[in-house]
Amino acid sequence: MSVIVYAESHDGTFNKKAFEVVTYARKTADLLDTDCIALCHGADSPEQLGIYGAQKVVTLESDALEQFDAKTYTAAIAKAVEQLGGDTVILQHSANGKSIIGGLAAKLNCGSVSAVNQLPTNDSGFEVVKPVFSGKAFAKYSISSDQRVLSLMGNSIPPEEMGSEDVDVESLSLDLDAPKTKVVKVDKVKGEIPLPEAEIVVSAGRGMKGPDNWDIIEELADELGATTACSRPVADSGWRPHHEHVGQTGIAISPSLYLAIGISGAIQHLAGVNNSDTIVVINKDPEAPFFKAADYGVVADLFDVVPRLTEAIKRFKAS
Amino acid sequence: MNILVCVSKTPETTAKITFTSDNSEFNTNGVNFIMNPYDEWYALVRAIELKEQFGGEVTIVNVGPSENDSVIRKGLAIGADKAVRINAEPKSALETAHHIANFAKEGSFDAVFLGKETIDYNGSEVSAMVAELLDLPFVSFASKLEMEEESKAIITRDIEGGTEVIEVAPPFCISSAKGLAEQKIPNMRGIMMAKRKPLDVVEPDEVSAPLEVKEFSLPPEKGEVTLIDPEDMDELVRLLHEEAKVI
Repeated sequence: MSVIVYAESHDGTFNKKAFEVVTYARKTADLLDTDCIALCHGADSPEQLGIYGAQKVVTLESDALEQFDAKTYTAAIAKAVEQLGGDTVILQHSANGKSIIGGLAAKLNCGSVSAVNQLPTNDSGFEVVKPVFSGKAFAKYSISSDQRVLSLMGNSIPPEEMGSEDVDVESLSLDLDAPKTKVVKVDKVKGEIPLPEAEIVVSAGRGMKGPDNWDIIEELADELGATTACSRPVADSGWRPHHEHVGQTGIAISPSLYLAIGISGAIQHLAGVNNSDTIVVINKDPEAPFFKAADYGVVADLFDVVPRLTEAIKRFKAS
Repeated sequence: MNILVCVSKTPETTAKITFTSDNSEFNTNGVNFIMNPYDEWYALVRAIELKEQFGGEVTIVNVGPSENDSVIRKGLAIGADKAVRINAEPKSALETAHHIANFAKEGSFDAVFLGKETIDYNGSEVSAMVAELLDLPFVSFASKLEMEEESKAIITRDIEGGTEVIEVAPPFCISSAKGLAEQKIPNMRGIMMAKRKPLDVVEPDEVSAPLEVKEFSLPPEKGEVTLIDPEDMDELVRLLHEEAKVI
């Protein structure tokens, strides 16, 4: 039985998370001593998945897949799993992946673990670890059903070039019911990398004193190629849009670099960001709890230090 | 419009997370429990608003032991009409979903509302499972839901870096995200009335567990923070480049 991975493409293109999940699936397949088959839909270059470890790529074909409908995608993947013979299904822990994993587990009547962030082990049954309690702890799950579904948290493992574009690509026509939901409009924030996909996030809090002071944050983010974020009080007082709110009740993120500027580091905020690889905290209060969770700290007035950090990055990029 | 709202009990957001000595169970000593915020602030409140708009009933369902009754009563105090507790202690999302679906099949609900995730296991799984088991159309991460008439809902769904607007006809199932409604604090009248509202306890059907938690662990302690001289931002940039290798 194969490991089957569904790699998402958007407007025909895979992003890094798609390559991460394929590498994760291939390593899982190697562990289980089986092969790794990647599924995709609407991708311009499905063979790219071969580079990151897929040993076969199957493109799902059906008019019903033209818009995202959770139940239709669930049915499509379930049919592909049945026809291709899969016992382990791996999805991305994205808005769409999170909408599929539960339904797929119900359809296959098997165990599922979402937001895994480490490779599974198979020494004493199939076991896999995920963060729980909003990142404050980890749980190791043991799955006893014959099949299992996982979703992989972004930035958990780097994509690796484990194969080549010279991979067998097949298409699979599926007979699916028409979706019962209709997408009538899609609004995307233009020109910015969405927070859950950002490698670098520059985040600011109440220390900014007001919504008119954000220029220095945006300039720093521009220099770093970063996406901007904010703490809950900032979003709640309308200084910044709600989609920028990171934390336990906002978006949970795991970028490689998180810069927290003028954020004290309440436990609910830390819960949403503590899976970041590196955390830099800038705060004038040396007692701010965030420093305990930080790798690097600068105790200083942010209005003074942030513009100087931006200048330092400009010098670094020029050198 | 009859709406079923599925609610969980979770530790409060500031709870200190520790485990029993063999790390097999969450240590509930001294922990305060609340209704999962996504279930309470968004799913339940929006359901009550829709009931006020169209008439009908809001029913709360919870899967858990009798200790959960206080959380369920709070839901009744906020404005749900009745509640059912399924007397089971599931180990997995799939068992929870089966219990909810088995109950929901017996009723006639125009919509099933859940929170987008619980703040303890962060699974985001039960809502899609319930939708699948009940064969209902499913819209996840609903941050806005408008109904001008009872036959159609217009739902805003949060996606990476934006939103989608989706049309769906009842019966349907949603998972609720921030923005769907405003938190509602129960008033004294609500609290008094909640005592007289029905809270039925039903015994569960047999459902098997496909998985279990073997062990919990806490994240490794972070090392000491490296403090950087505020006058020397070049040093911070150097460390981020050479040591952390993130820029």
